[in-house]
Amino acid sequence: MTTAAPPAGAGTLDSRSRERGALATLLHGLRLTPELRAGLGVTLALALLATAGRVVVPIAVQQTIDNGLSGPEPDLGLVRLACGLALLAVVVTAWANYLTNVRLYRTAENGLSALRVRAFRRVHDLSMLHQAAERRGSLVSRVTSDVDTMSTFMQWGGLLILVSAAQLTLATVLMLFWSWQLTLVVYLCFLPLVVAVRSFQQRLQAAYGIVRTRVGEMLGAVAESVVGAPVIRAYGVQARTAERIDSAVDATRTAQIAAQRIAALTFSAGELTAALATGAVIVVGVLLGVAGDITTGRLVGFLFLVTLFVQPVQIATEVLNEAQNAVAGLRRVLGVLDTPSDVADPGEAGAVLPPGPVGVRFERVGFAYPGGPEVLHGVDLEIAPRTRVAVVGETGSGKTTFAKLLTRLMDPTRGRVLLSGVPLDELRFSSLRSRVVMVPQDGFLFDDTVAANVRVGRPRATDDDVERAFDELGLADWVEQLPDGVRTPVGERGEALSVGERQLVAIARAYVADPDLLVLDEATSAVDPATEVRLQRALDSLTRGRTTLAIAHRLSTAEAADEVLVVDAGVVVQRGSHAELVAADGVYARLHASWVAQSR
Amino acid sequence: MPTAPSAVPRGVIRRGLWVLWQAVKEEPRIFAVSAVGSALFALTTIGQAYVFGAITARVLVPSIERGDVSAAALAVSFLAVMVVAALKVVGIVARRLGAGIMQYRLQAAYRRRVTRRYLELPLAWHQDHSTGELLSNANSDVEATWYPIAPFPFAVGVILMLVTVLGLLFVTDPVLALVGSVIFPAIAALTVLYSRRMSPLMTRAQQLRGEVSGIAHESFDGALVVKTLGREDDETARFAVKSRELRDVMTAVGRVRGTFDPLMEALPVVGVLAVLLAGTSRVGSGDISPGQLVTIAYLFTLLAFPVRAIGWVLNELPRSVVGWDRVQRVLRATGAQTAGSERLRHAGPASLDVAAVSFSYGDAEVLHDVSFDVRPGRTVALVGPTGAGKSTLASVLVRLLDPDTGRVAYDDVDVRALAPGAVAEVASLVPQSTFLFDDTVRGNITLGADIPDAEVWAALRVAQADGFVAALPHALDTVVGERGTTLSGGQRQRLALARAVVRRPRLLVLDDATSSVDPQVEQRILAGLRAAGAPGEPGMGGGTVVVIAYRRATIDLADEVVYVEDGRVAARGTSQELLATSPGYSDLVHAYERAEAQRAEDARAAVADELAARDLAVDDEVRA
Repeated sequence: MTTAAPPAGAGTLDSRSRERGALATLLHGLRLTPELRAGLGVTLALALLATAGRVVVPIAVQQTIDNGLSGPEPDLGLVRLACGLALLAVVVTAWANYLTNVRLYRTAENGLSALRVRAFRRVHDLSMLHQAAERRGSLVSRVTSDVDTMSTFMQWGGLLILVSAAQLTLATVLMLFWSWQLTLVVYLCFLPLVVAVRSFQQRLQAAYGIVRTRVGEMLGAVAESVVGAPVIRAYGVQARTAERIDSAVDATRTAQIAAQRIAALTFSAGELTAALATGAVIVVGVLLGVAGDITTGRLVGFLFLVTLFVQPVQIATEVLNEAQNAVAGLRRVLGVLDTPSDVADPGEAGAVLPPGPVGVRFERVGFAYPGGPEVLHGVDLEIAPRTRVAVVGETGSGKTTFAKLLTRLMDPTRGRVLLSGVPLDELRFSSLRSRVVMVPQDGFLFDDTVAANVRVGRPRATDDDVERAFDELGLADWVEQLPDGVRTPVGERGEALSVGERQLVAIARAYVADPDLLVLDEATSAVDPATEVRLQRALDSLTRGRTTLAIAHRLSTAEAADEVLVVDAGVVVQRGSHAELVAADGVYARLHASWVAQSR
Repeated sequence: MPTAPSAVPRGVIRRGLWVLWQAVKEEPRIFAVSAVGSALFALTTIGQAYVFGAITARVLVPSIERGDVSAAALAVSFLAVMVVAALKVVGIVARRLGAGIMQYRLQAAYRRRVTRRYLELPLAWHQDHSTGELLSNANSDVEATWYPIAPFPFAVGVILMLVTVLGLLFVTDPVLALVGSVIFPAIAALTVLYSRRMSPLMTRAQQLRGEVSGIAHESFDGALVVKTLGREDDETARFAVKSRELRDVMTAVGRVRGTFDPLMEALPVVGVLAVLLAGTSRVGSGDISPGQLVTIAYLFTLLAFPVRAIGWVLNELPRSVVGWDRVQRVLRATGAQTAGSERLRHAGPASLDVAAVSFSYGDAEVLHDVSFDVRPGRTVALVGPTGAGKSTLASVLVRLLDPDTGRVAYDDVDVRALAPGAVAEVASLVPQSTFLFDDTVRGNITLGADIPDAEVWAALRVAQADGFVAALPHALDTVVGERGTTLSGGQRQRLALARAVVRRPRLLVLDDATSSVDPQVEQRILAGLRAAGAPGEPGMGGGTVVVIAYRRATIDLADEVVYVEDGRVAARGTSQELLATSPGYSDLVHAYERAEAQRAEDARAAVADELAARDLAVDDEVRA
């Protein structure tokens, strides 16, 4: 059986990162991604230089009007000089701009790729409970679209924010130099916008939050129509499914348009403010000019500067939205990186399993799923090396939990598990995973050939090795009838094969891994009895000398084992050989009677 | 995966524009709104420059020269600026909102169409396409197709703006017009060049994003295998390779953008400088006024940004065309199962007739000339080794798949002649792997049909699921499926069984539907299915049942056994008959008993060896 209970408390990958503000998230991201920090200082300096080019036009206009056109005859020489210098500035800043861009993109993409790979690795390092608590799609988006959002932002928004900030500063300095009074006017005009933008941003963010939720729901509905295709057809519920999809699609559209409305209004506010500032500068500027406080050229130049001032504000309204998306993405990626693996690899510091067959000891082991009741209570037992043990019990008795604790997919909440005398949590994973292999019930296969899937167990195995493995397992006949032998592709998730066939490949995969402790969790539940028995016999002879533990509800497995453990309500209630337990009056005898009634 | 072409073929821009034209045809009204908005925006942008120039010439310069200004002149100036800006804002809102609504409406419409097609196309078509591919057809491909819609009206407005500006320039001053007619085409040319360089990279990036996501999906799906075999390093390495490829492409995108962006920014500035230089001498010669010079310089400043909108559209066209093609592949896919118009009028159990059915996946035929029949109310067990084709046969029985040759008939009516939905009214399949909708327990069982709770509970009782469902936090209203309460494999199977039972199907097909259920529970389920369904108590008593099974108890339920081997009916008869006549069947059914006998034999032999060895030892001792 698969996981019994939902791990209620284990679910939130985001609990830590959600509390952080945008800036703190950014700094935390930089701290975790040294690649992003490389050469950042130089890039910032270049960006500043690149911005300088933007104030060239207002200055050139001012010079032309005040000095070039002020006399009775235009001073062509002066205008030429001014324009020539301006051209030089344009070329230099364009070049600086180019360098900034390229540096920024290279650093950003490099950093994001590293971050993506780190997050991917982290997902695999999370405990099984954490993985199971997250929707698969949500885990995937943390290493795909969330990172892509950041990439998109860096590709156009990152530099824009940088340059815009510098442009704002530079424009202000020049404005102050020409007229502090007009500068004050401009700032006063923009003050309400700055306040309004904050509230617009909050509304926009909320609106996009809804969009994201709706898109998620829509994808879920669409996925149902694809994954559930057989059931939908078999039960003729196409119309109902179409309705569900349509309402999700329409809800998405409604949310998108609502967000678009807010975005359009925000942009308009910027445009109106710009006009207000321009109008005010004209009025106040002319009054100042009449009083002799400002020249015509400076006033006109100042009006050009206002456009320079408007641009960053306009861009900010656009970019901040992207920035918020990017920060949200970063937050979700960091959420993965910040989640400590509750089943941690001690790594190099950890112990290595002593060579030879593995013995198992459980010391007062108890286990409860997060937020759930205890499902295993104080289990004390010892399994000698080279024993073949079968674990049987009714659904929900805790037998799968037992296997997961043994392979350290989960850690016990009480007591400890030891392999060959070494506490399990002190074993380094490289040693543990190469010596202890579990075959889960769901024989998941990768979208590749049969051989490639078997090689997952031992990467160096050749096709011949794979064929030999099937042969040794008594499965040569099955391989033979495949269209392309071991080179037959198995399809997405192995779905080109039947459920039972997938289990055969999964067993071959574990077999070539050559473990010292083999744990089979209902590994042959969908295989026909004749094949199962053949496989069983093959495994028996092949696994002599190693320890095997098989969880099964088919009692044929138990009959063949050296020893049977009977689990009932989280406690080992019986232990002994099949013959002894059948003779004893207990849970096993009852299970066995119904098994015999069914299979004979 | 095909590699991206090094340059965009010429046809792509043309085809992209054609796709845009389809969009205009589908949403003509809203497009008109946003195009008019965009035109308003364009004209007011030019208007701003002229207002600005007029204020400079008529108010600003003379007032400062005179050292005196009237309040009326200032008020008019201020108002003029505000009115033009207000008009511009109206244009912006109409353009942006219109474009957004158009884009999202089209997305929604095409998503509906694509998913509708998914529901119409037969299962065989689904089996040929991966889940990831179908999801991206409905999501990102539709999105990519209509992405250029967002900047499209803007670009239309910009073109109008450019034409107007050039016209105005010629009217104002031919020399300055010359500057304009060099700079604006240069910006346009740069834009086109830019998109030519950019779009293959963008296409490639999109493709790589798909691959990166594919690896993540698969790897996280198989997380348990990765963990139990300690493959984290290898999986990370596999992911890192693609991630780095994507990084390299995105860095190349950055390089192109980094090269073109500064150029695009510098060109209008160069234009303004050229205007100032040329304009100063024109002012000197009296051909234009200083006000006109300022107007034109300001115009260049205002135009620099909008001109890029053309580039945005062009950039997105190749992606849009790829998306359109992929969406069309779904919309035009053929092979929908055609239904007839017949309906079965009988009540009570149906008869099933399978005649000479063959079926292939691609080139590989997996069912060869399969024939058997089930009389109404009888139970037939399909038995056969792993990989014999039983599950495929089950799908053919309920017309999830149509056979290549041969036919399946209920009550002597070919299932292909039945009206849409009629098959589902007659037959229910419980597949081997369970699928639950993201819905409540009730929703998963009724599937939207109007079934009273009492009957739902009765079905749950037959499926031995009433106990655990009653214990769920909200009983029938508990949400299950991916986002809901996690259920064990056995619990999920029992819900799927209840889903079939509650419909009282006239033909029930069970594909190893109790494999994850404990033997005792399974026994109770089978007993429930056998029981005659009293009124209000759905049992399968009397219904026709085809059951795929390995367990002896399940097989014993059947009146008859069809033994399938290598996609053929190898033997048929009662279980007793087959045990005597079919070695393959007897091998399968007696596997456990023989295994036990063998073990007993082995044990005896071992004991005998032990004894013999001991005897030898004793002999040795005696001899010694």
